[in-house]
Amino acid sequence: MSSAGISLFDLVIAGVGGQGTILASDIIGKAAVKEGLPVMAAETHGMAQRGGSVVNHLRIGCELGSLIPLKSADALIALEPSEALRYIEYLSDEGIVIVNTEPVLPVTVTSGISSYPDMGEIIDYLEQRFTVKAFNAVQLAKEAGHVQSMNTVMIGAVSKYLPLSKDVLLDCVKASVPKRTMDINIKAFGIGRLHA
Amino acid sequence: MSTREFMLGNVAIARGIVEGGGQVIAGYPGTPSSEIIDTLAAMENRDFYVEWSVNEKVAFEVAAGAAIAGVRSVVTMKHVGLNVAADPLMTLSYMGVKGSMIIISADDPSCHSSQNEQDTRKYAQFALMPCFDPSNPQEAKDMIPDAFRLSNLFQTAAIFRPTTRISHGKSDVELGDITEQRPQVKFEKIPERWIMMPKNARLRHPYVLQVYEDIRKELENSPWNQLELKTGSKIGVVSSGVASVYAREAIKRIGLDASFLKICAYPAPEDKITGMLEHADTVLVIEELEPVLEDEIRIMAQKHGIGVKVLGKLEGLVPRHGELNVDICMDAISKAFELPEPSRQVNDVGLQLPSRPPVLCPGCAHRAAFHVMKKVFGKDGIYPSDIGCYTLGVQSGAVDTTLCMGASITVSSGIYHAGEEHPICCSIGDSTFFHTGMNGLLNAVYNKADITVTIMDNRVTAMTGHQPNPGMGKTAVGESTVAVSISDICRSLGAEFVEVVDPYDLASTEDVFRRSRDYKGTSVVIARQPCVIDLRRSGARKPAFSVDQEKCTGCKSCVRFGCPATEFDNELKRARINNMCTGCGVCAQICKFGAILEVKR
Repeated sequence: MSSAGISLFDLVIAGVGGQGTILASDIIGKAAVKEGLPVMAAETHGMAQRGGSVVNHLRIGCELGSLIPLKSADALIALEPSEALRYIEYLSDEGIVIVNTEPVLPVTVTSGISSYPDMGEIIDYLEQRFTVKAFNAVQLAKEAGHVQSMNTVMIGAVSKYLPLSKDVLLDCVKASVPKRTMDINIKAFGIGRLHA
Repeated sequence: MSTREFMLGNVAIARGIVEGGGQVIAGYPGTPSSEIIDTLAAMENRDFYVEWSVNEKVAFEVAAGAAIAGVRSVVTMKHVGLNVAADPLMTLSYMGVKGSMIIISADDPSCHSSQNEQDTRKYAQFALMPCFDPSNPQEAKDMIPDAFRLSNLFQTAAIFRPTTRISHGKSDVELGDITEQRPQVKFEKIPERWIMMPKNARLRHPYVLQVYEDIRKELENSPWNQLELKTGSKIGVVSSGVASVYAREAIKRIGLDASFLKICAYPAPEDKITGMLEHADTVLVIEELEPVLEDEIRIMAQKHGIGVKVLGKLEGLVPRHGELNVDICMDAISKAFELPEPSRQVNDVGLQLPSRPPVLCPGCAHRAAFHVMKKVFGKDGIYPSDIGCYTLGVQSGAVDTTLCMGASITVSSGIYHAGEEHPICCSIGDSTFFHTGMNGLLNAVYNKADITVTIMDNRVTAMTGHQPNPGMGKTAVGESTVAVSISDICRSLGAEFVEVVDPYDLASTEDVFRRSRDYKGTSVVIARQPCVIDLRRSGARKPAFSVDQEKCTGCKSCVRFGCPATEFDNELKRARINNMCTGCGVCAQICKFGAILEVKR
């Protein structure tokens, strides 16, 4: 891996404010600590969260800075397809990108100022360069029981590639979501893992 | 039982305050500092006092009072907050403290959530106070008890400067023990210390200058300052705070053999620096924002007559703006030591990505208030605004200036007194009004500024994470207290036109804005509607709205309103409402064709 000797696994989580990127990185980070690994993470808080583009960096087995250098991430999870492209420069050439294909249209698009790229072109671009796992995670979350479990679907998917045990991750999912949604999230995790 | 936890930097700092035995903690919310007090206020079985103060100057003075009275205090704010508190800062420097005091001022390189990117280490130099500049959340936590110790030892306040990547970084943090010691409060009358009249101040200044040098000596042996000399190498890197971990990674990636000096506690230790300067013949200084360390190092080289080459921002190798990262450090190191440039082929995305700026939430009442404001005051109206969520009203075309907290009203006054003839209508949030807006309103009324002041009262300090403020009848820890009336304040400050409106009711809001515009003098419109996020968290749900495709003409007036819940279907040429709708009903009032209707349950 491109951060060899510095970090065990570098993960970028991209999305839109409100999609649950912080909870996703929190769950993975907690699991890494449970596994006895050092973790460094950087999150987007504050103004950008109001529907803006957000990105979290998560470095498992790293004791230096939280920011992943360009072309060094082992994986990129994009909770929104155009956001996969926005942060693709962090992904290493051998990296994997896991992308939810359900777009969230920015106001610049809904109000007609700019246009949203063609979904086929986004996936083509990614597939020509990287290993890609693309699926509609919103749809899968609905199947699991609630659209808000979309971030858990994505965690389930990336769980196949993380240097962390699936059970520890799932325990952290259970401990981090509201009790009444626990079964939905367990299901969402499993569905995501199946699609990775 | 493991004592390692995955923690947000600010939560780690809060833990450091608990471990160090903090007794009085005050602050004003500001990204990236807010979660420190949020965390402390949410703790159960607190044995300390914690408050959200009304502004940073007030918070600073509350903490100063406590530290003068002998206990351990902390004040928290973001970097620009320290400008508000700069008045007490510069004189507390002379007074010092009796207990301990830590001034936490969180910097925001790259302006992730700020109007500028100033460097608090400059303030520390200016105020002759020690400064801690942590390089990761663990260090941030561990530094706090040490800052209490140093503050007490030298009887001065200590500055603590996390940056966004520390405050909003997360890492595994090893918890420490909580000190049992709690100094007893006892205010002692020491006039030459606590009364900074000229005769006392004159004596304190040279004393404080001496203490500053004593602290420098003390920090020679601080664990936060570390010198690693490489015998076989004539090059060295000096770095500070979070930049030091980027620099270390860059050195590792390049495979460079270089001596390394990490400085995370100031004033910078002279022996350690001269140790590096005498060992290496070329030294690169890597730090975020201002060349604080770099300037000191150049001065020390000259003072000691060491002919070493010092490189950094002066040569343009390290940028003086924006946050640093490993790539920037690798470039700087390669250039400084004449190594081959790091190869980096960046993926070129051929596709045009739509920009995704932050926007007001679906159903946010600020958008409705701006919509009506714009309609009444027109495209030539002048719209000074302020610091808060409503700054995003720029997308509604109703924000023309944002300078600093409270400046909407005062800038409006200035524009008016300059002779501007177009109507002026400014916007300011409830918390910002309590912060420094009140003074501006008093001044506007007193000096007869013919302006309209809109107080966007969403009943919470929303932008920074929904902290309580004096209008809510709730303290930081959730105790009930007096709910201060904004309209009563405005009237008592002399405003005679003060009206409260519900911005979701467009017609009555328009009527009030029209009357406020025609009023001669300072008029106040309080647009009151709770923050939608806060409301939904409390469980409130309203029925959503939808577009009747038969009645919709595709005129786009609802879409132009800019709510993220409203979309335009380019194929059907019709508007539609998505699942983000919160049921505010404003778009239904905007639609001239009666095409937007509440979804029947």
